[in-house]
Amino acid sequence: MRCSLQLVVGCAEYVRGMGAKADRQLERRSYVSYIDKSREYYQAQGFEQAYRWAAFDDVPFSRLVKPLSECNVAVVTTSFLHHHDSAWGAPASNKVVYHHPVGEAPDRMFTADLSWDKQATHTDDTETFLPLARLVELAAQGVIGSLNHRFFGVPTEYSQRKTGLDAEAIANWCAEDGVDIALLVPL
Amino acid sequence: MSLVARHLEEAGITTVVVGSARDIVEEAGVPRFVFVDFPLGNPCGKPGDPAMQRDITAFALDTAAVAIAPRTTVQAPQRWGSDAWRDAFMAIDEHNRDELRAAGEARRAHQAAAR
Repeated sequence: MRCSLQLVVGCAEYVRGMGAKADRQLERRSYVSYIDKSREYYQAQGFEQAYRWAAFDDVPFSRLVKPLSECNVAVVTTSFLHHHDSAWGAPASNKVVYHHPVGEAPDRMFTADLSWDKQATHTDDTETFLPLARLVELAAQGVIGSLNHRFFGVPTEYSQRKTGLDAEAIANWCAEDGVDIALLVPL
Repeated sequence: MSLVARHLEEAGITTVVVGSARDIVEEAGVPRFVFVDFPLGNPCGKPGDPAMQRDITAFALDTAAVAIAPRTTVQAPQRWGSDAWRDAFMAIDEHNRDELRAAGEARRAHQAAAR
């Protein structure tokens, strides 16, 4: 009987915990469709042709062949360095694919020209999209082998051909560095 | 970024995308995707919350390690804490309809002049 009482108490706690979590269902159950939002937004601006996003049927897959704790991890970002001789605020111009030492990452990255939610949040904390310090901690804890000595940045182009060339450059840099896992973080 | 993931994967590098625009990433099709249901801008965790940033980053790395098939999407359990941003982002209503139309016309004129 004692056992069942414990079970009942445990169940009640479980249900209470789940009930609190389930409150989120009262607000919203579906994620935001940015394809819908951007189509409607550009229609409202009077553009008749809807943007066609990249769409593929086949997806390549390269299984991880070594333990995570032995992997060298690199980050790829869509953010950019500010112009080198300015503090913050000067836009990155003529954006091209780049690499940069992780030990020399600036306190802020240039993100102003990217389409993120400038009303709801900010990008002053670079760890929210370029988690280099967090990866250093994970390496120190032995979760990963290492953080690669440089990170990579890629412009978000409308041209798939140009993005393909940028991707090729990053693939070559990853091969040179012995990168096992690329953590890709679009803003 | 989805195109970069596909290219790196073809070159034999394991990739994982961490992002908040689920439909755009899934439409392209990537090997592994960690969906963080936040407003666009902070896919690796809320500003000033290193514990959350570490959890999401570690979660992405776990996903890279355990996924067994392409188009693996895993949703991170973290919550933003409010939902107003969902409708507010790129909202179109009577307050900005004229403004949007005018902005579009200005842009088309600029594009025509550039040709």
